[in-house]
Amino acid sequence: MITANKPISLQIWGFEMYSYSDFDDSFVRARVAQFTQQVERRLDGSLTEEEFRPLRLMNGLYLQLHAYMLRVAIPYGTISPHQMRQLAYIADTYDKGYGHFTTRQNIQFNWPKLPDVPAILSALADVEMHAIQTSGNCVRNVTADHFAGAAADEIEDPRPYAELLRQWSTDHPEFQFLPRKFKIAITGSPNDRAVTRAHDIGLRMVKNAAGESGFEVMVGGGLGRTPMIAHTVRDFLPVADLLPYVEAVLSVYNTLGRRDNKYKARIKITVHETGKEEISRMIEERFAELRPLFGGHDQELLEDIRAAFAPPAFRNAPVDAYDAFYKADPVFRSWADTNLAAHRNDQYAIVTISVKAHGQTPGDASSDQMRLMADLAERYGHGDLRISHEQNVILPHVHKSDLPAVHAALAQVGLATANVGLISDIIACPGMDYCALATARSIPIATQIAERFKALDLEHEVGPLKIKISGCINACGHHHVGHIGILGLDRAGVENYQITLGGDGSETAAIGDKTGPGFAYDEIVPAVERIVRAYLTVRAAPQESFLETFRRLGMDPFKAALYDTESAQDAA
Amino acid sequence: MSRRFTPKVVTANRLREGDVVYLTADDQWSLFHHEAELIDDEAHAQIRLLFASSQKLAVVGPYLADAKQGQNGPEPVHFREAFRTRGPSNYDHGKQADFPADLGV
Ligand code: HEM
Ligand code: SF4
Repeated sequence: MITANKPISLQIWGFEMYSYSDFDDSFVRARVAQFTQQVERRLDGSLTEEEFRPLRLMNGLYLQLHAYMLRVAIPYGTISPHQMRQLAYIADTYDKGYGHFTTRQNIQFNWPKLPDVPAILSALADVEMHAIQTSGNCVRNVTADHFAGAAADEIEDPRPYAELLRQWSTDHPEFQFLPRKFKIAITGSPNDRAVTRAHDIGLRMVKNAAGESGFEVMVGGGLGRTPMIAHTVRDFLPVADLLPYVEAVLSVYNTLGRRDNKYKARIKITVHETGKEEISRMIEERFAELRPLFGGHDQELLEDIRAAFAPPAFRNAPVDAYDAFYKADPVFRSWADTNLAAHRNDQYAIVTISVKAHGQTPGDASSDQMRLMADLAERYGHGDLRISHEQNVILPHVHKSDLPAVHAALAQVGLATANVGLISDIIACPGMDYCALATARSIPIATQIAERFKALDLEHEVGPLKIKISGCINACGHHHVGHIGILGLDRAGVENYQITLGGDGSETAAIGDKTGPGFAYDEIVPAVERIVRAYLTVRAAPQESFLETFRRLGMDPFKAALYDTESAQDAA
Repeated sequence: MSRRFTPKVVTANRLREGDVVYLTADDQWSLFHHEAELIDDEAHAQIRLLFASSQKLAVVGPYLADAKQGQNGPEPVHFREAFRTRGPSNYDHGKQADFPADLGV
């Protein structure tokens, strides 16, 4: 931790993701040893479940519907090929040969057995990973743009700031007992791929008139039971002011946040109840007190961290082979058009590997697929892999001349689906197929929608459209910010699905509006199809996206498509 | 039978494996819903739940779930409990894969 008046030599955590310090390693090993004993004591009866439960949750171990589940953190979604192979090994040895990538840039194993968990944690520690959730009411893992350090539109790699925030907040004495958990997301690009406006604090890098970098600071976003879009409390925060400003936000929240009611404890409610102007004023006031206490240690540390995030040694080579292949091969072209994003180096591309083959569970990768992705990252991707909150895997740095080979290799293992950003690139939480909190299933809804639109061969014509599905009000599937959001509920003992339209998780963030009454399990896919067909009918031009059409025309044409048909059918 | 009491089974997850299990009339934990004891008396249900809660080395999180008499024994009423008898719907994993014959799938 770095506090204003403590030298950085007193930091407790070191550089977890890019190179473990000896201290980190021994800390994680000690935690594994401790949890190993706790599991033994649970199994021999010296610990009750009441005593054990908080201990296992601290180590990322949940009990779900059919089995235990282990959640492993992937900080800022950045993972090495070596680590990816170890996840594949764990999947094969202790699970059913696959893992589930989540919207929190984590991986979950759905079938571990309690006596095996210590061995799994130890295998993770071997590759500098862990399942320690920064659980409790503290600052959680900072999430970042999955294109960080690669995107053409990026001002600066946001991960050094994320790491700085992580080190500062870890074990910060003042912020271990906040009113509720606290999540920060950060992007270095004007185009927001990190859903910053749905976090407790969102940080979006911008430039001021003088061309200097800073952050737009947004406070009070969140999904769940009471979805809210964050308010901007500062249009431009100089980067050097980041820690004192974030500390000021936390300090104000720590004082004002409600501790009497769990459902009103998040900062979004504090902002809502206090008012945007008043809370901004309080933050600025506190910031003025805190700023002088930060003597510059944080900036020195940031420099060290930056060095560790230095970009790879990009190759300088012709891209003609790519251009020729792009012209010649329509399958490759279709994949390149949807799954590639612009890299800051124009000889390079960012590859999004779709973990959303039609009919497959969104975000599930087999151990063979994990190993192949690791190999590709090593061979063609400067050894870098990312997990996106959209449950896909990214190769952030691929030279364009290597793309045909990468595509061919992906196709061998079912990872070359050309659907990124399209209707079948769906976010879905585990829902009632796994999650004990669920009120309905979400995975089969996602797979059926994907298969339906594949059968219709419509998705490329429909264009960019984000569907997001949650199996209960906790909104782990981000349904509120889906262009089409689907929330699974239990209505009188039957699965029922509520639709929202117009949600948006980008820099133009919005919470979707409910269309009206929900739909039964076997009615939801036809309902989505009616929405999409209505869009195709009413869009002004093929270039007008679903979201743009919705913003232009509002709910009416979609409501008519959804419910008029219903009553027509009922009458028939 | 007490008035308007919905019959129940006692269900939980096994401590070591996490498998869904049901309490039988002879105090065993069965993997199969149809082998559960169907309890149609509220007071008896509480006694059985207390017994289950004392089985701290066998199971985690026991609770009473609504059930009804079926052809082969008790059947679940709610869809959540029906899923728990089988396993997830996206893969052939869990009991539906391990014991297809016993589940009639
Ligand atoms: C299966 C076990 C899971 C459980 C028990 C669980 C539970 C919860 C709960 C209780 C919340 C609400 C917390 C609050 O608002 O205070 C929550 C939020 C959230 N979960 Fe999960 N979750 C699970 C799986 C997942 C998965 C698989 C993902 C990613 C796909 C995920 C992503 C999220 C996100 C992004 C939020 C934050 C929504 C917000 O802003 O409030 N969760 N989860
Ligand atoms: S949204 Fe609900 S059902 Fe889905 S993972 Fe989160 S808690 Fe479980």
